[in-house]
Amino acid sequence: MSTVILLAVTGVGLGAIYFLVACGLSLIYGLMGVLNFAHGVFLSLGAFLGLEVAQLLGASTWTGFAVSLLVGALAGAVFAAATERILVQRLYNRHIEQVLVTVGLGLAAVALFDGIWGTDPRFPRGPSWLGETTGVAGASIPNVVFIAIVSAAAVLASIVLFLKHTRYGMIIRAGVENRSMVTALGIDVRTAFTLVFTIGGAAAGIGGVLASHHFGYVSPMLGQTLLIFAFIVTVIGGLGSLIGAAVASVLVALLQQFANFYLWGTGDFAVVVLLALVLLTRPSGLMGRKA
Amino acid sequence: MTRAPVPDAVLTVRGLAAHVAGQQVVEHVDLEVAANGVTALLGRNGVGKTSTIKAVMGLIDRAGTIELDGQDIGTLPTHRVAQLGVGYVPEDREVFSALSVSENLRIAERRGHQHRYDLVYDLFPELRQRAGQAAGTLSGGQQQMVSLARALLNDNRVLLVDEPTKGLAPRLVHEVGRALARAAEVVPVLLVEQNLQVVRDLAHHAVVLTGGRSVHHGPAAEFLDDPDLTQRLLGVSTGSERAV
Repeated sequence: MSTVILLAVTGVGLGAIYFLVACGLSLIYGLMGVLNFAHGVFLSLGAFLGLEVAQLLGASTWTGFAVSLLVGALAGAVFAAATERILVQRLYNRHIEQVLVTVGLGLAAVALFDGIWGTDPRFPRGPSWLGETTGVAGASIPNVVFIAIVSAAAVLASIVLFLKHTRYGMIIRAGVENRSMVTALGIDVRTAFTLVFTIGGAAAGIGGVLASHHFGYVSPMLGQTLLIFAFIVTVIGGLGSLIGAAVASVLVALLQQFANFYLWGTGDFAVVVLLALVLLTRPSGLMGRKA
Repeated sequence: MTRAPVPDAVLTVRGLAAHVAGQQVVEHVDLEVAANGVTALLGRNGVGKTSTIKAVMGLIDRAGTIELDGQDIGTLPTHRVAQLGVGYVPEDREVFSALSVSENLRIAERRGHQHRYDLVYDLFPELRQRAGQAAGTLSGGQQQMVSLARALLNDNRVLLVDEPTKGLAPRLVHEVGRALARAAEVVPVLLVEQNLQVVRDLAHHAVVLTGGRSVHHGPAAEFLDDPDLTQRLLGVSTGSERAV
């Protein structure tokens, strides 16, 4: 029983990290129709800069950890906003070029990170509590899992509140549904586009810092590795659906954990099978709009 | 081509051409929207009426001259066209289904404009009662009210209204017609409409399209009273006043 609880809670923790990457991807696609293959580098940059700042302030202190989260969010947000303004904004409705540019940016950024931080993984330290475990019904759960879950829940709640209770949130919700009608009401959606990229980048940056503690390392490829699962989560949840991304993140991570443990390490394969099943039976995803 | 001058036109279109996915959907349209009342844009299905309206809004690629109160808006992006005072009521209502009725109205509020909630709720009191309801759960008629209300909320210079009675029950057609008549008292309207009785009730001027080109301009009543002309250009005899 304790094994099931361990797998379930760590699965939800892994899902929390998937969600932090996938929520931005989903909103960006939903509003702008852009598949952002560079999204993973927002995460890697957040993780590296968060690591640097934590080391400066004292990696084992809570202050260092908290500031690293803030710096990670800021780094992801700034890089994402710059990406949208400088590159993507010129390419709306030009899907092939979007793919080429974002894939190219992803490769270039990884090469840049290789040059700056090296190709070998780096190992972040955090407050000692993060490295300890807490007993839950007989299972010893790594504390970092709880931090990931709480952080992702806070990000989800913040984005939902923003979407529901601000004018820009309303514009984004309307734009996900019908972008041209939003412009026909006199609204310049480009600001909303930049905002969505920024929010997505910030969430990915936070995800980067948490992922580095969750997996125990940072490398230039960390973001792009997680991006694959984030895309799967986004498709299963329904492109453009924030809640869909949250549900699918947890579903995919739980499946991965349980399949890895009980089905001889076939977690990744099980996720791909789930993706295929969803695409065959419900192509718009669990909570996506019908075509 | 027959032609009668339109006094004090608020919107002037000259030599408009438009493309969708590389396909020419409007070839050469000239039209003027009078500063008062309703100007009807008529024609058979597929002649380019909706595309003309979308081209004026900048929603599809266009070429030609489009002037609003003498200002060239033909190269402006859609949001700038709307900000300058062109209200748009699309053919299929296009309400934001996941947003509530009140959010559909609030998102339409433009800075620097007076927001005519009094007029909107006077015309459509039901919208006040259903303010919290998701627009996607409304009936077609109620969604049309939301769509019209969004355009009426700001003090626009002109409204482009595309087939507002399409798919509505006769009682609702009458209600929408009444709302449009009230709207036209405060803002000039360019109306695409297949129901010729509605056109007869509302429109002062008419522009008729055939094959992506404007081929007739003149008083609406005169046009509708000419059975040969309506038969030739719309494919119906207007004696019966049935929809095209």
